[in-house]
This record gives sequence, C-alpha cells and structure tokens, in this order.
Amino acid sequence: MPSKPTSPSRRDFLRQSMVAVPAVTLLGTSAIAQTQSGTAAAPSAAAENYSPHYFTAPEWDFIKAAVDRLIPPNEDGPGAVEAGVPEFLDRQMEAVYGHGGLWYMQGPFAPDSPATLGYQLRFTPREFYRKGIAAIDDWCRKQHNSTFAALPADQRDAVLHQLESGDIKLDDVPTKLFFAQLLTNTKEGYFADPMYGGNKHMGAWKMIGFPGARADYADWIEQPGKTYPFGPVSIKGEEA
Amino acid sequence: MIRQKPVDVVMIGFGWTAAIMGIELADTGLNILALERGAWRDTSPDFTYPHNADELAYGIRGELFQPLARETVTIRYGVNDTAVPYRQYGSFLLGNNVGGAGIHWNGQHYRPSPEDLVFQSHMAQRYGQKFMPADMQIQDYGVTYDELEPFLEQFEYLCGTSGRAGNLNGEIKEGGNPFEGPRRKEYPNPPVHDNYGASLFANAARSMGYKPFPQPSSNASRPYTNPHGVRLGPCNLCGYCERFGCFMYSKASPQTTILPVLMRKPNFELRTHSHVTKILLDSTGKRATGVTYIDAQGRQVEQPADVVIVSAFQMHNARLMLLSGIGTPYDPVTGKGVIGKNYAYQMMSNVNVFFDKDVAINPFMAAGSGGNVIIDEFNSDHFDHGPHGFVGGGYILGGQTGGRPIQQLLVPPGTPAWGEKWKRAAKDSYLHTTGVQTHGSVMSYRDRYLDLDPTYKDAFGQPLLRITFDWHDNELKMTRFLTDRAQEIANAMKPKQTSQTIRKPGDHYDIRQYQTTHTTGGVIQGVSPETSALNRFQQSWDVHNVFVTGASAFPQNLGYNPTGLIGGLTYMSAKAIRDTYLKHPGPLVQA
Repeated sequence: MPSKPTSPSRRDFLRQSMVAVPAVTLLGTSAIAQTQSGTAAAPSAAAENYSPHYFTAPEWDFIKAAVDRLIPPNEDGPGAVEAGVPEFLDRQMEAVYGHGGLWYMQGPFAPDSPATLGYQLRFTPREFYRKGIAAIDDWCRKQHNSTFAALPADQRDAVLHQLESGDIKLDDVPTKLFFAQLLTNTKEGYFADPMYGGNKHMGAWKMIGFPGARADYADWIEQPGKTYPFGPVSIKGEEA
Repeated sequence: MIRQKPVDVVMIGFGWTAAIMGIELADTGLNILALERGAWRDTSPDFTYPHNADELAYGIRGELFQPLARETVTIRYGVNDTAVPYRQYGSFLLGNNVGGAGIHWNGQHYRPSPEDLVFQSHMAQRYGQKFMPADMQIQDYGVTYDELEPFLEQFEYLCGTSGRAGNLNGEIKEGGNPFEGPRRKEYPNPPVHDNYGASLFANAARSMGYKPFPQPSSNASRPYTNPHGVRLGPCNLCGYCERFGCFMYSKASPQTTILPVLMRKPNFELRTHSHVTKILLDSTGKRATGVTYIDAQGRQVEQPADVVIVSAFQMHNARLMLLSGIGTPYDPVTGKGVIGKNYAYQMMSNVNVFFDKDVAINPFMAAGSGGNVIIDEFNSDHFDHGPHGFVGGGYILGGQTGGRPIQQLLVPPGTPAWGEKWKRAAKDSYLHTTGVQTHGSVMSYRDRYLDLDPTYKDAFGQPLLRITFDWHDNELKMTRFLTDRAQEIANAMKPKQTSQTIRKPGDHYDIRQYQTTHTTGGVIQGVSPETSALNRFQQSWDVHNVFVTGASAFPQNLGYNPTGLIGGLTYMSAKAIRDTYLKHPGPLVQA
C-alpha cells in the first residue's frame, strides 16, 4: 500500500472506526441483542438508517450478526456492517437476482447431483436465505439456547466455521452451499459500486487500493511499477 | 402462421460471423435478413462510461449474457448419466443480443498454427496413429493455413488487431511469435503497452530462453480506421473488458467494425427479438426453404429464403441443426453420424503470483488482451510431444485483464476465506498480485458430444441442448506439463509466494469455475460427409443452401482463443458463397 497518497483515507478509517463500533454492538436494533449485549455502543449509521424491505426483524439480526463476522471491522478498513452489506443483501433479495430471475429454475431438480455440476436446488436466493436463516437459528436455539445473532462473536465464528465445513447438518438446507451463498453475496456487497447499498463511501475500495470507476489508465501503463496516486471514484461521481 | 416476403439470404443470430457475412454479401445486391433473438445494442447508449464500469451488473450478474432463465443447456459427464441444467453461469458465458459474445470477449485475437488445421494428418505423420488414444477422434479442417492466411489477415485488418509479427513471409522477426505461420503483412497496429505484471513475466521468460511476445489483441493500441472506414479509438486500459462492452470503441466487435456501414445498406435488414426455432426443408430434405421464428409478440413467422446461414453461438448452431433434422445426429456408441459430434472445450490453469508491497502491480490497469505477454513454445506441435505422451498444448500468458475486486481479488494460499485474516490478506495482496495462466487445447473424443435433452425445455417448449463432457487423461497430462512450465516462469519472477489452480487426475469438469467460453464442435467441417457435417466452406454436406459459421465447425479445440480462426473461416466461406455458390448453387465440394 502506498504510504503517502492514501494516508488521508487511512485517517478517515481510523476516525470512522472510532465513531463506529465493535461488531457486537451492531446487533443493537434487535431486542434480543440489546438485552444480551449490555456493553453495546450505538449501532453504526449504515445499519441504523436502512430498514429492510425483504428480511424480517430476526432475519435482519442474523444478517448483520453474520456479515459482521465474515468481514469484521478493524483498523484495516470497514467491516461489512459499516460498509452497508446488510442493505446490499436486502436490496438484492428484492432484485431480479433475489427472485431467481437470472437462473434456470425449471424442474425436475436433482439436488444430490455432484457438486461440480453446479447449483441444483429449488431455492431462489430469497427463499434460500429465508430457509437457511430459520434453520440455523433453530439449530442455535437447540445447541446454544440462543439465536445466532445473540451469540457472542467467538461463538458466531464457530457456527460459521461449522456451516462452512458442512459439520452442521440441517434438514432442509445444505449448509455448505448456504454458507457459500452468504459469503459470496457478502463480498459482492462489500466490493460492488456503492450505488447498490454496500461499500459505503467506497471504504472497501480504499482499503485495498482499487480506484473504482476511474477506468482510464492510458497515461499510467507507461509508468510500470509506479504507485497509483488517486483514490477511488464511484459511478455516481463520489470521490474518496 | 405469418408468412413474410421471401429474402435471398437469411442469417440466424447477429454476432461476429453474421456481421462479416452480411457485409461481404451486401455488395451482391441480394436481400439479406438477419434474425436476432436479442435486442439492438450499441456502444452508445449501452456501454457508455461511467455506467459500464459496474462490476456487479456486468462482471457478476451478467448483464450481457443470455438469460439462462429462458434457455440454458444441460450437462452430464458420461453417456449413461442423466444430465442436469446449467442453472447459473460458471464455466462459460453465452452471449446475448446484437453482437453476441463479440461484445463481451477480451479481444484475444490469434491465428491457428499451420498444423492445427491439419491436426490429424500432422500428428499421425509425425508420431504415428498409435500415439493418439483409441477413442480420440481428431480430424483435419479441410483447409490449410496457406489457403486461410489472406482471410485471417482480412479479419485482423477489420479489427485493427494490435500485435507484432513473428514470421513475415517466412522471415522470423525478433519480438514476435516465432512459432506462428508466415503472415504476408505486419499487424495493423503496434502492440498495446505491456502491463507491469506482464513485463515481469516477459523478463523471467526471456531469462529462461523463451521467446515472449505481446499477445495479439483486438484492443486497438491507437486510433485506427478499418477498410470499411469505421474508426476505432485507442484502448485506455480501463480494466473492464471481458464480460463488458467497450466504452472507448477500442475493442473490436461487430458494432465497432462493421455495423455502422452494414446497417445503412438498403438491401440489409435486421429483425431483433426474432427467435428462430427451425430451419425449414423442402419435401426432398435436400434444400432449405427458409426458417420459422417467434417474433417479439410471440407470433409464429415463416421466413422463406434461398440461402440459410446459421450464425448463432456454437451451441445454438448445433441445437438448431438437431431441431431442424439437417444431417445425421451423432451416435457415441457407433461413432457414426455428424451433428453434435466432437464437442470440445479448453483446459486452463493458473499460477497466482504474489509480490511484496514494494512491487506495485496495479492490477486494475489492464486491457482484456492488450498488454499481456505470451510464450508459445508449448502450443500446438511447437515441441516434440514424443517424450510427453499427450496430444495438444497451449500458450502461457503473463499479466492480468483487470483488478475488479469481486471477481479478480486474490489472496495468498492458506488464507481463510473470511474474517480478519482474509481481510488483512486482501488489503496486503491486492495491489501486488499478478498471474501466469495456461490456455490449453482439448481434443475430441468418441464419448464427448452434443444432442437434445430428453427432459428439460426452453421458454418456448423446445428441448435444451445436452452436453456430454468430462476430462480425458490426455488433457490432464497436458495441463500438468504446461502448468509445471508456467510455475517455473512464475518462480523466476521472484515472487513472495505463488498458488496454483489446476485440474488433476480424478477431477471432474467443474461447471462452477469459469475457464473459457471457447466451446467448440457439434457441426464440424472436414473432408468427408462420413466424418463431418460441413465441407471446407462451412456448407452443409446434406443441404447445400445451409452454411454454418463459428466454432461449431472446429473438429477439436486448439490452444488458442477461437475468434481469429472463426473470422478467417467466415471470410473464406463468404467468398465462396459470393464468387461461386451464387452463380452455381449446389455443393461447393463434391462428396
């Protein structure tokens, strides 16, 4: 990472992360989370200002609590919640994509096909999230006497690892696939143009050094190995 | 059924090959009609900046791709398996709308090696027929490199291809590809400037005795006016190329090379939202009378025509021939029949190359093809295959096509997929990572083919195309050999770390992983109606007024990107139609 040109943005991050909060606090909008995370500070602005259209309140808690661990906030850059990934996910659920409109969804379905033959479930993304979240919350209630969202961070990490590896078996939902769907969509939201609701203020782009929609390097290709000095711009013209 | 006024020539699908056919036949004065099932698309307003710089919409959700919800293909590994639908994009990306895959390609613009076109004869002569596995059924194209050379050149000059000749009229030129067949003229444009990752690769490759050269690229390196008077702009290395349209008018596409002229010809007509369901035959079954299509409102339309050019994507061409009953469907048990025969793909591998923070790769400064560097020592039959025991090969590429973070961000091996460690690795690696890629051939085999799926249907109720495909040992050996060479070069780049993606023995073809959209075969050209669907002019052996363009004609897949060869074969076919067929309609080659 080049030191000089990006140092202002680094300072921005530090400022933001002082205002923003450790992960657990972002559960603040959920009644359960509020009672169980007594040390919570105020929820981040990104989470606060957006009301989900698709996700129910318990689902919304799950989403925030999960993506908060997939991409946690720290000094490297914004966490997924601060970056608006939950908003991104909710908006995607309402989009053609969320309705499965980009996928071939005619039967018959053969969900037990080899994984290498690709997605073969009946679920559209929004159905997959609905089923998956409910099933995982059920499992957490049985195992931990708590919803996923109300678990402390280290226990949420443990559950996510078990989903990722497929160690948790759920009746209706293939856990590895669900986890992969969640992680894929989370990274999409983190790195997509901010107009989709995630990557607020292009924080994820600033973190890695991607100039976003600048898309013009004719002068720079002839300066091989030189650090690129400009921060990102978004499609709508936001600069950072 | 609505019956439209007859036309002289009807073309099915309006991408690269139909645009070439259209412009090459337009001066005959014939009435030419292109039926395109998608919509009209043009640089403005469809690919303009800044909305084009949208990774989610184009790179991930696939704005430019055929909507799979309406039509996909099915896939199975073996002839006795039940196929399942390709429900989401992964392995390959089907084009859509006017321009087709010619919009979202990278512009990697290659010629075949001379031996690629006579591959069966060449390999049998050099190594003996027994060198090939018994179930491998590679064939010759029925066209030699020398015959095709003027047409390959014509396509490069249309596109404003940027590159450096390695063989000018038999003289080997420093800095070009010394393994290429002789070309009569230099590329129309000089190479695009190397990206930094590519220049590190080039230095390493050169130090090992290889002959690196700039990848031939239809990303124009400077303003260029093609022979039709259509102007392309200089590529600005925007990093949004494959999967995207080009807002700079730099990437050659039908829109940036032909359509501004063709669309104004009074004898040419384009009808969009016209989905062809069948090629119609007369009572003898030896002559096509036109096509039927479904128009935008859903009406059935009959379109009579004297000549039918099947110019859709490779898979759609094969499907349409099967749906229309032209030619004998291939039977993998007997090995007889030709339609659907010799489906092939390509075999890729990657070595990701991670540097320390003092090496600013800046991966976002990249074009789809221009600026990357190639070595071609291990492609085609550029090396003695005898000791290695496999057929085919591929090129090795250094550099990158962009740094779009959802799809192209790489983290070092051993990094978890999420959490703080992933985040730290993403932050530390992004600017300092490039890649070495191998781009390998896949041969054709008796049990790898296309037919109609017995179960799954498209939105109009027609059967989907079914692909029967999996890796054979030959390709797994090939990719191991090629990847080992790629790894050696990557190591010589002195990186901090590398990681490898390679298909290993026992691995199935994984349709979730993008490799290439270079699917081939199904309506192959060749020297005999017993073994091929088309003659050397891409004319159906069975129905002489049907021509089928595109990579469906490839008898096996080569180690290069297909578009250059597709263009050359199309120009050759267009010339034969114009100069010979129209005067004497009938078979251009006697069976």
